[in-house]
Amino acid sequence: MTMQRTFIALTLAASLVGIGAAQAQEHGAPVPPPQKWSFSGPFGKYDEAQLQRGFKIYKEVCSACHSMSLLSFRNLAEPGGPGFSEAQAAAVAADYKIKDLDDKGEPIERPGRPADYFPSPFPNALAAAAANGGTAPPDFSTIAKARTYERGFPWFLIDIVTQYQEQGPDYIHALLNGYEDAPKDFALPPGGNYNKYFPGHSIAMPKPLSDGQVTYDDGSPQTVDQYGKDVAAFLMWAAEPHMIARKRIGFQVMIFLLVLAGLTYFTKKKVWSAVH
Amino acid sequence: MSGHSTYQPQNPVLKWLETRLPIGGLIHSSFVAYPTPKNLNYWWTFGGILSFMLGVQIITGIVLAMHYTPHVDLAFKSVEGIMRDVNYGWLLRYLHSNGASMFFIAVYIHIFRGMYYGSYKEPREVLWILGVIIYLLMMATGFLGYTLPWGQMSFWGATVITNFFSAIPGVGETIVTWLWGGYAVGNPTLNRFFSLHYLLPFVIAGVVVLHVWALHVVGQNNPTGIEPKSDKDTVPFTPYATVKDGFFMVVFCLFFAWFVFYIPNYLGHADNYIVANPAVTPQHIVPEWYYLPFYAILRAIPDKLLGVLALFGSILILAFLPWLDTSRVRSARYRPLYRQFFWLFVLVCLGLGWLGSKPAEGIYTVLARILTVYYFAHFIIILPLLGIFEKAKPLPNSISDSVLGAKA
Repeated sequence: MTMQRTFIALTLAASLVGIGAAQAQEHGAPVPPPQKWSFSGPFGKYDEAQLQRGFKIYKEVCSACHSMSLLSFRNLAEPGGPGFSEAQAAAVAADYKIKDLDDKGEPIERPGRPADYFPSPFPNALAAAAANGGTAPPDFSTIAKARTYERGFPWFLIDIVTQYQEQGPDYIHALLNGYEDAPKDFALPPGGNYNKYFPGHSIAMPKPLSDGQVTYDDGSPQTVDQYGKDVAAFLMWAAEPHMIARKRIGFQVMIFLLVLAGLTYFTKKKVWSAVH
Repeated sequence: MSGHSTYQPQNPVLKWLETRLPIGGLIHSSFVAYPTPKNLNYWWTFGGILSFMLGVQIITGIVLAMHYTPHVDLAFKSVEGIMRDVNYGWLLRYLHSNGASMFFIAVYIHIFRGMYYGSYKEPREVLWILGVIIYLLMMATGFLGYTLPWGQMSFWGATVITNFFSAIPGVGETIVTWLWGGYAVGNPTLNRFFSLHYLLPFVIAGVVVLHVWALHVVGQNNPTGIEPKSDKDTVPFTPYATVKDGFFMVVFCLFFAWFVFYIPNYLGHADNYIVANPAVTPQHIVPEWYYLPFYAILRAIPDKLLGVLALFGSILILAFLPWLDTSRVRSARYRPLYRQFFWLFVLVCLGLGWLGSKPAEGIYTVLARILTVYYFAHFIIILPLLGIFEKAKPLPNSISDSVLGAKA
């Protein structure tokens, strides 16, 4: 009885807490439109073909400025990822030049190996900033988890149940599709580009992708919308490479715990049945 | 209050040990024969859950420490290395980071349960104060641990919190420099935070032993708030409490696992996936969710020193609760007015938590000030007066009477 009352009170409290949160979106940028992701929900999985297309975009376009320093070529062939064969990952690696030392200690450049990390486009952060108008382009290793937008009430509570957590990919897709002409009353700073979804709207990166820029050989539409989805999915995998294993094990753990909870509950009932 | 030990080992080795170190008898009287009120509800299972969570944090933490590098250039990378390359490293790390949140969810329920049923009242004052000390140690440990991944929130959170001490007149700046081991949060700070983050959980474990010891001296409170009067009012800890605690622990694990496996970053902050950069301040520096009510109190007060004092005061005031609450009746079940003030207080804490996540400006500051005043008024004005003016409902004669009465 007390428990029930407490639960009611707690629910009430939770809703009161959130009332004002409706004003959460006060800081300008519109909410990124939610996309359908193959990896959302408790049984979500990455779509191998999509990750491969996303990687193609990263390799041909993004990697000119953005590093992805925590990933190595071997990751491309690991389970739960883009599904490259080991030979394919080795071939990708061999296309890159890696700075190394020879056995006399002289600096050399050699073809990449699967164990090598993706080389960065700039020798260091200062060089990256200098070449890009003062700010280094962010590293891509964890960016899909490092970008978000505020959900506000009541969504932040509903998200616990629906498991919505794709704010990062939604934002990346929206950003890549958010380039437009600045409104007349918007004072765009020099070197800035107007983007609907970027906080403050003035982004240093010029529109990176246009329709038809990257050739797909699997018949997928060659549009910025599709590019945005594919590269966002790829970046989600780059940030969370073990997601499929996590969700698979999670389901097993849930089943195990549910059965265990049932068994302990009935044991408890039996043990307590004699107590009045 | 420890149950009469009926422990009589049959095994010759155990017999031999028992005459030299009666540890078997101690365990038996503490966790088997120990009489526990038979009317405890599920809110009483959180003590066991908290011990379990401390164990989870220590075990996952020890393994994480084997793979972690406490250096400003390598910390972020080593945590990502754990996530990517260590076998089941993602599981260990998500268990540990979400485990901290679960630990705090459980401790908040445990504290509010103690408040609702008056578990801090005579003769349980020392038990309660030990609990407040554990809570303070938990807050310190959580803060130190959040610094270790060396993301943007780690760095800026550490900067903001350590700067509290600069509010101390005269020696403030010196103390902050001493805490940092330098003139800004840097490598020496990260090193000592790692060392202390590893130390404090064992201090917590030590105080938990005292907490459990004190509990076993005075016995558990119960939903009626009246002491057990005869054997009819209690049941032995094992099997009764063990199986009940065990069941609810599994239910709690279901909740825990939901976060770990399905929404592992829900309770974290996206900015902490950006490596710490002393040159770039995040738009909003927000502490972990479990500090938000206190963060709101800090920012509600315009003066820095007073704000810091209010923040620490808001936690330390809990230690004085046994003397601030003047009512002789323990349980809110028989205190119609206190029950309402209790839930109002819970709402105020949640409201402060929400305000702590908002920028300190405009209406938010006004609301934070009102709720801060109420937070302190609850302890300093409402509780002392309530005990004098409130008319309590008649108490049942015994736990057994109340249980039978409720069933009729």
